[in-house]
Amino acid sequence: MGHVTASPTDHKQPRGRIAFILKKALISAFVALVLFSLMIGIRTEAGPTGQLIYWTRFGELASIVAIVFAGSIVIELARQWLGPAGASLLVPAPVQNGLATAGRYIAPALLIFTVLVPVIFYHQRYILDLGILVLTYVMLGWGLNVVVGLAGLLDLGYVAFYAVGAYSYALFATTFGLSFWICLPIAGILASLWGVMLGFPVLRLRGDYLAIVTLAFGEIIRLVITNWQSLTGGPNGISSIPRPTLFGLPLLPGPNGLAAKLGIAFDPTHRLVFLFYIILAMALLTNWVTIRLRRLPIGRAWEALREDEVACRALGINTTTTKLTAFATGALFGGFAGAFFATRQGFISPESFTFQESALVLAIVVLGGMGSQLGVALAALTMIGGFELFRGLEQYRMLVFGVAMVLLMIWRPRGLIGHRAPTVYLKQAQTISSDLVKEGHG
Amino acid sequence: MSGADHILSVDQLSMRFGGIVAVNALSFEAQRRNITALIGPNGAGKTTVFNCITGFYKPTGGTMRLASESGPIALERLNDFRISKQAKVARTFQNIRLFPGMTVLENLMVAQHNTLMRASGLTFLGLLGVPSWRAAEKRAIEHATFWLNRIGLYDRADDAAGNLAYGDQRRLEIARAMCTEPALLCLDEPAAGLNARESAALSELLLSIRAEQGTSILLIEHDMSVVMEISDHVVVMDYGVKIAEGTPNEVRDDPRVIAAYLGADEEEAIAVMESDN
Repeated sequence: MGHVTASPTDHKQPRGRIAFILKKALISAFVALVLFSLMIGIRTEAGPTGQLIYWTRFGELASIVAIVFAGSIVIELARQWLGPAGASLLVPAPVQNGLATAGRYIAPALLIFTVLVPVIFYHQRYILDLGILVLTYVMLGWGLNVVVGLAGLLDLGYVAFYAVGAYSYALFATTFGLSFWICLPIAGILASLWGVMLGFPVLRLRGDYLAIVTLAFGEIIRLVITNWQSLTGGPNGISSIPRPTLFGLPLLPGPNGLAAKLGIAFDPTHRLVFLFYIILAMALLTNWVTIRLRRLPIGRAWEALREDEVACRALGINTTTTKLTAFATGALFGGFAGAFFATRQGFISPESFTFQESALVLAIVVLGGMGSQLGVALAALTMIGGFELFRGLEQYRMLVFGVAMVLLMIWRPRGLIGHRAPTVYLKQAQTISSDLVKEGHG
Repeated sequence: MSGADHILSVDQLSMRFGGIVAVNALSFEAQRRNITALIGPNGAGKTTVFNCITGFYKPTGGTMRLASESGPIALERLNDFRISKQAKVARTFQNIRLFPGMTVLENLMVAQHNTLMRASGLTFLGLLGVPSWRAAEKRAIEHATFWLNRIGLYDRADDAAGNLAYGDQRRLEIARAMCTEPALLCLDEPAAGLNARESAALSELLLSIRAEQGTSILLIEHDMSVVMEISDHVVVMDYGVKIAEGTPNEVRDDPRVIAAYLGADEEEAIAVMESDN
């Protein structure tokens, strides 16, 4: 449909313009007719004796085609009226500037609000649960951000490290009876070892090839977990994983529980609040470490690697270790989050570690604006919170959600926070426009 | 040529890509504290020589010795990043390769990666923010500031490198290479795309780098005014072999050089002859 893309300026004559719009609308309507003739035009069902029953729904088909026809005209009129679409047009400059100013206060405000969530919503279990879920994804997003956002290495198998962390904790805790606080660093270290193991074979790969190998790695881990019945329990998973304790005191009813020691009445919400603050502290640690790392030579080397790998090598940067440390650091945080996931759920199975999770975390990073810590947090809130928000729409939830994501990416192609903050400055830190920042080659 | 103090000795260097011989048994020396120019018509194999010296290609044959303080280093045996890290050979690229999304200052900080990495205790001490790391970081910023002043980009320190004008980007790339404190600086067409005034400023910068930092410079250049003005020694290549070498004046009068340029590119031959005056 090459002729359709001709710019409106070619049709200065009103008649020519009308013909152009009509032609485009007719083509769209025809495509809709072909597409929907079988999907909507004919309805089939298995009859009572197993035979095929079908009936036609030409009325519905006609209305769909008519909607597409009219919609195409409306869109084309709007486009000719407004001129060529662009981000500057979609969002007026004052609004963008306003957002930038507000951005400075969003992070502290968000942090204060998050700390107060268990106080405000103490009696709403659902909100607390959702908060823990959102924070888990914030942490995963921040972890993956090191690999994808800073080092520019596209990792589609991040869930593997999440799984390694979760299973490490579950196995160490159920087999050796080790506490959560001892297992947490073990889980992180094991996950980052797996990160290095993934890193080695993919060192020479870039872009699509890297993405495919990391995707495969994620699947391999999941399949190994599913099939190694004797160790992992296979598809049945591992159950009765111990809950975290506060300085050795379990948050359980009974004489040894924390509530009994403090002399207050036991309330199951205590544990929820405790978990909320654990994941909040872990997420903040991830954030703090990442922010620090960005200002250290290793962090700058990651970003330089994303910008230009050849130039990095010319400057004497060992790109091999730089890439491996990026994978290892990302995996470390993934492992921590996995251990937390296991202790929160009390039960894990391979079903929790599908590609869907990797895709979701990657979507959070991309949507947030690659490399931006605040952006990732906002994106996690939007994705996980939004997903819950649309629960009332039932089967249309995915549709609405998908459309919202597409619109957001059209509006902000480089994510919610698209610009880059410099790591060091002489006089004044200026944000760098996303047009200049590279996305990395893999 | 006394052959006394060679920083770089290239001996019988050959580079073959399948059936194509890009560089054939090339031998030349670069004197310490000298500016050595590598010239030749397009496709003569100059950049290939550069890529061999800086480790981006593994040469098919021959040796490249770099005389460092701790003895000679065989460049052909080192990996690409080690050539910059250990042999102290820095390079720039024909098509500028800055980190466009990082600020000018950050570009110069990345260049000091290995020094800073050591100072940050392989990140761990830096993560804790120990005083020795902070002092090292401060020194690195001062070092970068020194070079920013040298290339006249101090006021642009916090701007994205990708936003600089073309000539400024060229100078920044040289400053970034100099931030690695190299013994040998390899410049691949540093004057390409510069106007006459910028070329003159570039010549001045290179001469001052040689005089003040004592860095030896090896450059590929098509701009004959720059080559003739600043080079101490010129090596002329054509079809992967050396056809002449000597001082700028000797090379300029060499009939083989004129023939090579006339045969390949009339404009450049005229440029060679015109710079005679």
